[in-house]
Amino acid sequence: MSAPLVIFFILAALAVIGAVSLILQKHPIHSALSLIVVMVALAGLYLLMGSEFVAAVQIIVYGGAIMVLFVFVIMLLNAGEEERTDFSKLAKFGGLPLALALTGLLAATMTKHGASIPNPETAGVLAPTRDLSKLLFTTFVYPFELTSFLILVAIIGALVLAQREKS
Amino acid sequence: MAQYGFWVLTFIKIALLLVIVLTVNAYLTWFERKVVAHMQSRIGPHRVGPHGLLQPAADGLKFLFKEDAMPAGVDKFVYLLAPFLALTLSLASLAVIPFGPKPLPFPFFGHQIDLWITNPDIGLLILFAVTALGVYGVALAGWASNSKYPLLGGLRSSAQMVSYELALTMSVVGVVLMANTFSLTQIIEAQSGRTVWGILPAWNVISFHGGFPQIVGFLCFFIAAIAETNRVPFDLPEAESELVAGFHTEYSSFKFAMFFIAEYTSMITVSALCTILFFGGWNSLFPDSWTFTHYLPGIILLPFGLWVIYDGLKYETIWGRLVLPVIGTGLTIIGALLLAGAWFAPLHEANEFIQAPFWLLSKIFFFLFFYVWTRGTLPRFRYDQLMNIGWKLLLPVSIANVIVTAGFVLLRSKP
Amino acid sequence: MVPTQYYLILSAILFGLGVVAFVFRRNIITIFMSIELMLNAVNLSFVAFSQSMPANHPHKLDGQLFVLFVIVVAAAEAAVGLGIIILTARNRQSLNVERVDLLKL
Repeated sequence: MSAPLVIFFILAALAVIGAVSLILQKHPIHSALSLIVVMVALAGLYLLMGSEFVAAVQIIVYGGAIMVLFVFVIMLLNAGEEERTDFSKLAKFGGLPLALALTGLLAATMTKHGASIPNPETAGVLAPTRDLSKLLFTTFVYPFELTSFLILVAIIGALVLAQREKS
Repeated sequence: MAQYGFWVLTFIKIALLLVIVLTVNAYLTWFERKVVAHMQSRIGPHRVGPHGLLQPAADGLKFLFKEDAMPAGVDKFVYLLAPFLALTLSLASLAVIPFGPKPLPFPFFGHQIDLWITNPDIGLLILFAVTALGVYGVALAGWASNSKYPLLGGLRSSAQMVSYELALTMSVVGVVLMANTFSLTQIIEAQSGRTVWGILPAWNVISFHGGFPQIVGFLCFFIAAIAETNRVPFDLPEAESELVAGFHTEYSSFKFAMFFIAEYTSMITVSALCTILFFGGWNSLFPDSWTFTHYLPGIILLPFGLWVIYDGLKYETIWGRLVLPVIGTGLTIIGALLLAGAWFAPLHEANEFIQAPFWLLSKIFFFLFFYVWTRGTLPRFRYDQLMNIGWKLLLPVSIANVIVTAGFVLLRSKP
Repeated sequence: MVPTQYYLILSAILFGLGVVAFVFRRNIITIFMSIELMLNAVNLSFVAFSQSMPANHPHKLDGQLFVLFVIVVAAAEAAVGLGIIILTARNRQSLNVERVDLLKL
């Protein structure tokens, strides 16, 4: 049981507990906090895999901006706990087993065929940010500019949605 | 044993850093109260201990003994999580700040003792990640208090922090372009030369050394940092006359103290970042060839210690007449030892070793004084003026700074 | 050394949990958060494949770059989606997804 394996199991357990807590919590703010725990655990996993820049971006953008947006909206809308309504029989006895079957199918495929995916040769080989940025601005410059355009469109969309009606 | 030595050493360093930073926090509150008082032509705390030096201890005891009231109807988990989160995150950002380039001359069970807890390649990004997560402490505190003033204060405060975070990160991109790395120690090393005139230091704020002088970047960074730490003139969300006390209205005793410590610790972190990124970190103001400037710590400490002895001997209370001369004697002895490095070799080595941390700590102290100075001087902004400055002034200016710096770096780079 | 397979299994489990949350929760915001969880699970498998490639493979870093793009797209989607949610909630006075089932109020 080497140290990376132990850290992997701890972070993986944290991520799964966060995801299960997202499903089971009644109040949306607790679900949001659980999702933040999942994201921080995933950032730890990215660090374990050696991609430090992606880990930092995950925490800064996902954990520090997108989830803050979620928390703001929950606070603004004063979202309360969910009302308890009964599911239809089909959903309760058909839905959950089917969803678990989907998860099981994916996990079983990974288990059966995943051993053929090569493991990295050396442990903790870090991907330097310099190489990532070189790739981003040479090979991937077109998607990069397109995503900046996408963000501009999203900003304009959000502004239009937030406008008060002129009447 | 050697493999555990690394972990033991790290824990010892963390414990030592926590003790030092919490003490510095406490005395920073004393410093602030004294300086603001003198700016307002009054004296400030001077009853509790000589010159009010025990005031932080009295405040700490007061916080511990106050009633810990939890208001009705709060969400208990989030109410207790928010101050804990704020304090943990602002203390965690101290882990990547380097305090000196050379390790201590004696190893610890085979591991050399560097003057930092960790020095990752993406140190700057980790600082920004921790700053980004710091918004949660404020937002959740406001929401969990189940009361409208804290909710409004928390929303305003977190909206302000998110807005100024953009300007904060953009104003640093110029420095990263010039130093070509995110690692804090390498950024300091990139500023260690001299400029063309041979005397001015090659700090990022004034040199054409790698690119373009980052004056605009520094101003944007400092203003955004003051807003990010919710200090005057950007402290409308927590001002006393505005929203009762903003997001920490419903917190009492130790939980309020946690928010307080978090705010002062992030002040210290931001001052450290200012010196590291823009003012050369531990590089001296004078050229390295002027070795007589290496005795500056001793030259400052010796007269200061003598003055403390003199002031203590004619202090009004007996307690002051006893304690102050002792402190003064201690300072004088340290100053004399550092100056004696001119004649004795081991003291000379100690003096050389102290140079880098001395310069870093004095620059951090200067920025903390600047923080306190703005607190004593400027009135606070209205909320819409605040948001206007963040989005319409600082963000375009810092983006323009990035473009100009990138242009200069491109022009100066050898193809 | 952690085998790549373990990361992929974790990614599958997180994705499945995201699907379960999407199908069974009523609150619009929680459903939106489950979408983010699914995107994160996919990001994890991207990075897992990226680190499984040999060191001087020309496409080794492509997985990590794609993760950056996914994060950017998720950010844009969250911004616009939450704007729509705020408007819908204001119009229908409820955050329950079962009440948002008519095109006309």
